[in-house]
This record gives sequence, structure tokens and C-alpha cells, in this order.
Amino acid sequence: MKFLFAPGFTSSGPVHVALALGAMVAIVSALVGVFTVVRSQSFAGHALTDVATAGGAGAGYLGVNALAGFVVGSLTGGVAMETIGVHRVRSRDVATGIVLGAATGCSALFFYLAANAGSSTGSTQRILFGSLFEVAPDTLPIVGLLSVVTVAALALIGRALLLSSVSPEMATVGGISTRSVGVIFMLTLAVSVGLSSVAIGAILSTALLIGPAASALRMARTIRGAMLLACVLGVVATSLGVLLAYDSYNWSSRHTPLPVSFFVVVVVVVTYALTYVPVLRRRATTGRS
Amino acid sequence: MTTTPTSRSLVPVLEVDDVSVTFGGRAVLDHVSFEIAPGEFTGLIGSNGVGKTTLLRVILGLQKTTSGTIRVLGQPLRHRSRSLGYVPQKVILDPDVPLRARDLVALGVDAHRFGLRRRSREDKDRVEEMLDAVDALGFADARVGSLSGGEQQRVLIAHALISRPSLLLLDEPLANLDPKSVQEIVALLHRVSVQHDVAVLLSAHEMNALLPVMDRIVYVTNGKAASGTTEEVVRTDVLSELYGHHVDVLQLHGRVLVVAEPSADTDHLPSHATLHLD
Repeated sequence: MKFLFAPGFTSSGPVHVALALGAMVAIVSALVGVFTVVRSQSFAGHALTDVATAGGAGAGYLGVNALAGFVVGSLTGGVAMETIGVHRVRSRDVATGIVLGAATGCSALFFYLAANAGSSTGSTQRILFGSLFEVAPDTLPIVGLLSVVTVAALALIGRALLLSSVSPEMATVGGISTRSVGVIFMLTLAVSVGLSSVAIGAILSTALLIGPAASALRMARTIRGAMLLACVLGVVATSLGVLLAYDSYNWSSRHTPLPVSFFVVVVVVVTYALTYVPVLRRRATTGRS
Repeated sequence: MTTTPTSRSLVPVLEVDDVSVTFGGRAVLDHVSFEIAPGEFTGLIGSNGVGKTTLLRVILGLQKTTSGTIRVLGQPLRHRSRSLGYVPQKVILDPDVPLRARDLVALGVDAHRFGLRRRSREDKDRVEEMLDAVDALGFADARVGSLSGGEQQRVLIAHALISRPSLLLLDEPLANLDPKSVQEIVALLHRVSVQHDVAVLLSAHEMNALLPVMDRIVYVTNGKAASGTTEEVVRTDVLSELYGHHVDVLQLHGRVLVVAEPSADTDHLPSHATLHLD
């Protein structure tokens, strides 16, 4: 039992904040992630994390709240990609690549400036890889509000989004403005990336966006089922990550806790790998017969 | 004069009037005109690359015309609200996405509405009815991406029909199907056209399979089109004028073949476009 519940786990304030924030971010990421995977926009999602990194680094240098930096950065990137031409599949990769390159350059500048100013020790680590334990409790309401708005927007356009990812032409003939639906989705994707950047770091937010959604899509029988399952898998990953990271304090005699983001990603990746077990087993059985 | 129900139903479902489309100086469609009456089964026949897909896209409003007008039920394009159903040629359905056949059909009812309102009993019944109409009840709960080409075709037809369009357009629905599936899809389209009182406009590069069911043929080549019954259009004089050089329409054992003298500029001709005349 000592392994499962290290002393103080249930009563620690930072643990409560970490669990609550992790759960909210995991749910938003999972829901947005299902559509990101279905629309094959994982690369766009990843590019947004690089823009979020630039935003976070800029915020760190200016001494502004990191969440604001992440969300503003990511939204700017989303708008830039839509403007360049992410709506046309052919130019999608190029638009994404250009924005990604520009953003990484900005990150380099901001990190350099911040390091020279010497104001923020450890902020580079926190922006890139996050730390659920170091999130200020007053960030929670803002994260909650952004989560609700994002999920509501997604619910509004969900069915139109699904049909336009099956066939944009069928959607257009059916009376859907695929352009507006695409723009709204890009904005929800941007906010979701901004939120998960706070939780597990800008670089790692792709894992929370794509991982649970991809696993759920493999296992579920319906899209609705995949959305529910992705939420569950995401919340399990962040919660288990928090628990393991908290517990890792006692794993070595030197008492250095390991980063929570590492454990979240481990759970996400292991879950995805497990979805292949039934496939392998089926292959083994058919091989024998 | 007052409009009686009879005279209203005589308004063509589709009027294509002197439509031209030019891409980079090249006329893809060159003054094309034809009409389709309610419930009519029309084949849009021509070789690959003669402008059939462009013509369908223009009718659907997915592409602009350079000149000419298109009316659906007497209304210009911008006022058509969901009066057309469409089955594109290439729909890539991912087997890794858990979208069931019945889900895709249901999206035809409410994908254009905002929100995630629960589907009413009536909507669900309508989905079942459409799945039944295309003989898809047997695989209604399977992922669409995992179905065969012919099965996916049925699901897409049900999706297009569920909004009760007056005209169903299909882009090369018979391409890439085995001969048995071709027969089945043609019979099915004819049946739903009659039962659901919907006109069908279907493009194909081979008219053979369609001859028993076609009320009208729109024969396209080099951006020009001739329209009428098969007896009116598939004739030596009509097709020779359309092609701009001599072609022969031959009758052999009750079948008709469209043949041209072999030469460099007739390579685009169908090598053995055959036609049954009973």
C-alpha cells in the first residue's frame, strides 16, 4: 500500500491542483484529439505545440503568466496556418511546416534572452516539459473556463466536422460551410494545445492530444464511444502520472522526484501499445489454425 | 394562370443552359445544354477527361461556370437548399475510424445542424428505411472503412438519399466494381429512383450496363454534349457531328458499337462502346 499511496498524497494541496488540472486538460485534449486523428491533422497539432512553446518562452521572458503565452501563441499559429492555406490538403503540410519553423526560431530567441536576463531559472524546462505540481492554483478557473468554451464549440460543430472529414464535397453539398467548420476546429485545437502545454509542457502536449484519442479510436465501436473512452484514458494517464511522480520521491535514497510529464507520457504510450495486443493475439490464433 | 400541382411537377429538376467552363484558355465545357425531368434516369456518358466530373461539379455548385446558367427545380444554384444528393467518385473511408455505416447515413440527416441534439425516433426510422432501401441492413453496424467497394457505394447512396433530394448525382459509381456489383448497383439505383421518386444523373465511361434503365443519355466528348433518348443520340450522324469527324454506330447481333477509324486524334474514343438495341 505504501507504493500506491505515499504519505501525504491525498492531503497535499499541489496534488489536488495537479489532479484537477490534469483531468480537465486531458478531457479537452481527448475530445479535440479524436477529431484531430480522424481529420489526419496530427502534424498541425504538433506544429501548434511549437508555436505554443514560442508563446510560453515569450511569456517567460516578459514575466507574464505562461498560460496566456501558450494560448496566445497557439491561437496565433492556428490563425497563421489557416491563412496560409491549411484548408487545402495539398498546401496543408507546407503551411504547417512554415509556421513550425518560424515559431521554433522565436523560441530560440526568447529562451536565449530569458537565460541572459537570468530572471527565470528552470523556466525553459518547465515550458518545454511542464510540471503539474508547479501550476498556481489561481490558474484553475481560467483553465476551467477555456475548457468549457472549447468543448462547447466542438459540440456545436461536431457532426459537420465529422462529415467534412469523410468528404468535404459531400459536406458542402449537404449545406455545410467546410471553411468555417475548419477554422472553428483549428481554434479549438489551438486552445487545447495551449491548455495541455501548461499541464505537461508544450513539447509533450502532442502526446496527450493524439495518444488517448488514437487508442480509443482503435478500441471503440462508435465515434461517441471513442470520445468517451479517450476522456477516460486521458484522465487515467494524467492521474496515474501525478501519483507515480509523487511516489517517485521515495524510490531512491536521494529523494529526487521524477518529472510528472514523463509518467503521463509513459501511461499514454503503454496504453496505445496495449491496443495492439488483441491484433497480435488474433494473428497468433489464425496462424495456428 | 394559377399553378396547378400537375404543372408544377413538370418543372425540370435540372436545367443546364448553355454552360461553358474554361480552364487556362481551354474550354472544358463548351456551350452544354440539357434538361432532366422529375424522376428521369440519366446517364452522363463519355471517356475519361471529357468534362463529365466538371459538369457534375458545376451542377453541384462546387465549381463556377464561365458562362451559362443552371437551375434546380427552376431555382438558381444559390437558392437550392439540399435539393441535390451527391456520391463522389473517390471517398477514402479510413478503416481505423469507428464510423459505422448507419452513422454515415445518419449524418445525411443532421450534419448541417448545429449541436449534438439527440436523433428523434423519426430520424432513426428514416435511417433504417434508407439502409433497407439500399440492402445495407446486413452491414449497418460495421465500420464503413472496412466494407467492400460495392457495400460502401450503397452506404453513400443511402447517405445522399436520406435528405429527400429531387436529383441524385453520382460520379462514376460503377468504376472499380466487379461486373456482378455493377449489375446490382444499377438495379438498385433504378429501384430507388422509382420508389423514392428521385431523378438520377450518373456519369460513366461505359454505357452498356445502363442501357436497360436509362431514360435519357447525355453523351459528352471534348466538352460538347448531345442529349436525348439512346435511340436519338447513339446514331452515326449525331455522334459524328459531336466528335467532329466520322464515327460509325454499328449494329451487330442486336448490339451497337461506336467505332472510329484508327488515327492519332481518335485515341480518346471508347474502343468498344457497345449498345443493345432490343
